Parts: sequence; C-alpha cells; structure tokens
Amino acid sequence: MAKLELMQSLNGHKGIVWNVSWHPLGKIFASCGEDKIIKLWSNECQEYTTKTVLVDGHQRTIREVAWSPCGNFLASASFDATTAIWDKKSGQFECNATLEGHENEVKSVAWSPSGQLLATCGRDKSVWVWEVAGEDEYECESVLNAHNQDVKKVVWHPTLDILASASYDNTVKMYKEDPADNDWTCIATLISHESTVWSLAFDKTGERLATCSDDRTVKIWKEYKPDNQEGVMVVDRDSVWKCVCTLSGFHTRCIYDIAWCHKTGLLATACGDDIIRIFKEAEDSDPNAPTFELICTKLDAHSQDVNCVKWNPTGNQELLSCSDNGEIKLWKFTE
Amino acid sequence: MSKIADNINPHVYEKNSEREVTSTELDEDMEDEFDEREIYDLIRNINDPEHPLTLEDLRVVEESNIVVNNKENTVDVTFTPTIPHCSMATLIGLSIRVQLLRALPSRFKVTVRVTEGSHASEHAVNKQLADKERVAAALENNNLVQIINQCVAG
Repeated sequence: MAKLELMQSLNGHKGIVWNVSWHPLGKIFASCGEDKIIKLWSNECQEYTTKTVLVDGHQRTIREVAWSPCGNFLASASFDATTAIWDKKSGQFECNATLEGHENEVKSVAWSPSGQLLATCGRDKSVWVWEVAGEDEYECESVLNAHNQDVKKVVWHPTLDILASASYDNTVKMYKEDPADNDWTCIATLISHESTVWSLAFDKTGERLATCSDDRTVKIWKEYKPDNQEGVMVVDRDSVWKCVCTLSGFHTRCIYDIAWCHKTGLLATACGDDIIRIFKEAEDSDPNAPTFELICTKLDAHSQDVNCVKWNPTGNQELLSCSDNGEIKLWKFTE
Repeated sequence: MSKIADNINPHVYEKNSEREVTSTELDEDMEDEFDEREIYDLIRNINDPEHPLTLEDLRVVEESNIVVNNKENTVDVTFTPTIPHCSMATLIGLSIRVQLLRALPSRFKVTVRVTEGSHASEHAVNKQLADKERVAAALENNNLVQIINQCVAG
C-alpha cells in the first residue's frame, strides 16, 4: 500500500510559505514566502536545519526560488518587481545581481538546463528571457507578450532551450529562439483548461507536460513532432501539443502546484483542499491516451492550502511541501 | 475618494434586528459552532466605499447569501452590488474577504463571490477574488489596505 510518511516538519517562516526548491544534489533546499526572507536548509544528523537566512534582498513577498543547474546560484522572484541572483563567491551567500524590468509582481523564475538562460514572468502579463552575459551580468534577450493576463509560472524543458509558461488567461504557451534572427517566439498555445493554470511540469523526456489549474483538473499533454506516426497535423515545422489525458474529479479545490519526478515518473499535486496526492501511470497505459491512477491521498497534509510540492532530484522518493500556515514538510514516499 | 459615486442615489433598506442571544450560547460548557448569523454580524457593518452606509443598509450582504459548513471548514459568501456596473465590486469583495480572514480561525476556506446575475463583470470579479496570490499582492499595497481598513472599521 503506497504511503506518504512525514519525516520532518519545519517551521521558521512567518506567514505564507510560497515555494521550496531542492538544490540539484538534493541535500540542501531553499524556501521563501510572505516574510521576505529566504531560508537555506541542510541535512545534518538526519535532520534539516536552517544554516543560512538571506535577508534584505527584497522589499515584498518572495514568490519563488530556483537553483541554477550547477547549484552555485539561487534566483528569487519577488512581488517587488525584481529578481535577485544570489551566490557564494565571497564565501557566504550574497545578492550580486538584481534583474529589473517587470512592471510589478514577478511570479516565477527558472533556469534553462544549460544554466545560460533565465526566464521570469509576472503580473504584467510578460515573460522575460535573460542571458547570463558574464560575471554577475544578465542581459534581457527577449520580452514575450503572448499572454493576455497575469503569468503564473515559467518552466524550462529538461534538455532543450524551450520555455513553457502558465497563465491566469487559462492557457499554457511555449517559446523558443528562432535561429534565423535570434528572436524568441511563441511556438505553441495549449488550450483546454477552464480557469487559471497555476503550474506545469515536464516529464524527463520533455515530450510530455503536466499542468494543474484552478479548474481542479490536471492535464497531460503530449508533443507530436513533424511527420509523427500518429498522423497529427503539424504546420510550420513546430511540434503540436495535444491534451491526451485529463485527471478530473480527484481534487476538490484549486491545484496550486504539480511535480513530475524524473526518476520515478510519479506525479504529485499540491491542492487548496490541504491534500497532497500522488498519481502513477498505469503499466498498460496507451501513449496516445495514457491512464494515471491515484495511488496515494495524504489528507490534512497541511492545516491550510498546500502551495508547492517538489520531488528530491536524486530520486530517493523524498517530497517537500509548504503551506499558507508557515509550515514546510518533508515526506518519504513508499509504494 | 473624490470621484462621483457610481450609484448616486442607492436604495437604503431597513436594518435587521440585533442577534438574540440564546441560553445555550451563554452556557460556557456548550460548544458553539460558527453559523450564518455570526458571519453576517461580522460583515454587515462594513462600510460601502462610496456612501456613509453599511453593506447591510444597501443589502449588499444578506444572511441568506451566506453558507457555513463547519465540518468542511468552508464559508461561502455572495454579495450583491447595488448596480450591475459597480466599479467598486472587487473592493467590496476584498473588504469582505479581509474581514473574514482576520476574524475567523485559519482553518476556514473563505470564498467570496458576486451574486449570480448581479454584475456585468461577474466572472472577472469572482476570478480576481478567488486568486489568493493576487489577493496577497493587493494586501501588500498600503493605499489599498488603508481604504479596506476604512471600510472594515464600520
């Protein structure tokens, strides 16, 4: 019987904890929230404790934190309209660059797999792509105004420089750089959700995407490349993404986050009904109409909304979650 | 606010009577669950942003438009703007949300919506009020919080 076992409950933030992020090596994580601070937690003597607190980087709520793939940089997105980049070059964590340009709240930040690009998005409906131009230097490559509402989340493809964004306008969009003129363009719009899309996660191949929404459903999208065997029409040589599965009836309130483990293939969701749910793809699942089964429901995972779930990148089945009530929890999943 | 009110001459309704305190409520050994009347009492005296009147006076809130579920920890409130094009609808909804967030235990999930068919931008207002991230960001805006506090002060 699959179960999610609580390993540790971590308190240390005041107010909403919006996001947690594992360091790529899976032994440290960062957390952030309403109290405008970032905490770095590391595992010592079988327990996570706060080693470092990053203060004075932001004037308002810190909505998301993200480690660079090399693990040397931490980016933080804030309602104060800026994104800060922190590193440890001097021996301790310091903010050595601030990315400015968004008109108001920055909602999300993500590093590309190469670590050479960063994406940010926000309330001003735009998605920005930044290039790491040198030591502590970041240049804006592109400002993408494809969405017509608040952009909630940006996530990079696991291996390619393809960016996906989720919005209050109910859609997901994808972007890539056109090699002809080095300009970033929207290459796909994924339409099916009936309300705000809060988060999204690629599987390890990057050929599938899971999205979660205020419409209380999770959707699985599959990429159909040009000249695909299934005969799905592709125009302009850009892949087409089709919704191949909708998980409805499982969540009773808004779904704020989704995590797709690249090692185990398990899907975890964070929901406004305080529950963490784990889904697994059925063994005889048809690639063009996959079946996902709910294998674990952790009732009252938190006493308030669950805002974020993150699988440990090492694939050890550890899951982090955080909530409106200031709590962070570390879970161990066993099947 | 110096601008002319959207609804210059709103209809003013008679106030409801005060809540009658029953003997079981005075009994300290009895557990009182939250009920519709209690939620109503928390929001009826919120001021209208444009008029020196309460949401009760204008019948923007009514006890019959409140649903409390103690088992599920939910409180659902619908409110009725005085006119279908009221530009203050979001602000009124936000004031109701803030008042309930402050007054109720954190276990409650509060939903505030416009009464069906009562507002031209019903869907947009409801979506905005339901988005806790945007509500959180709005509540970091000092000017807005000041206005809300004036409304809530009653």
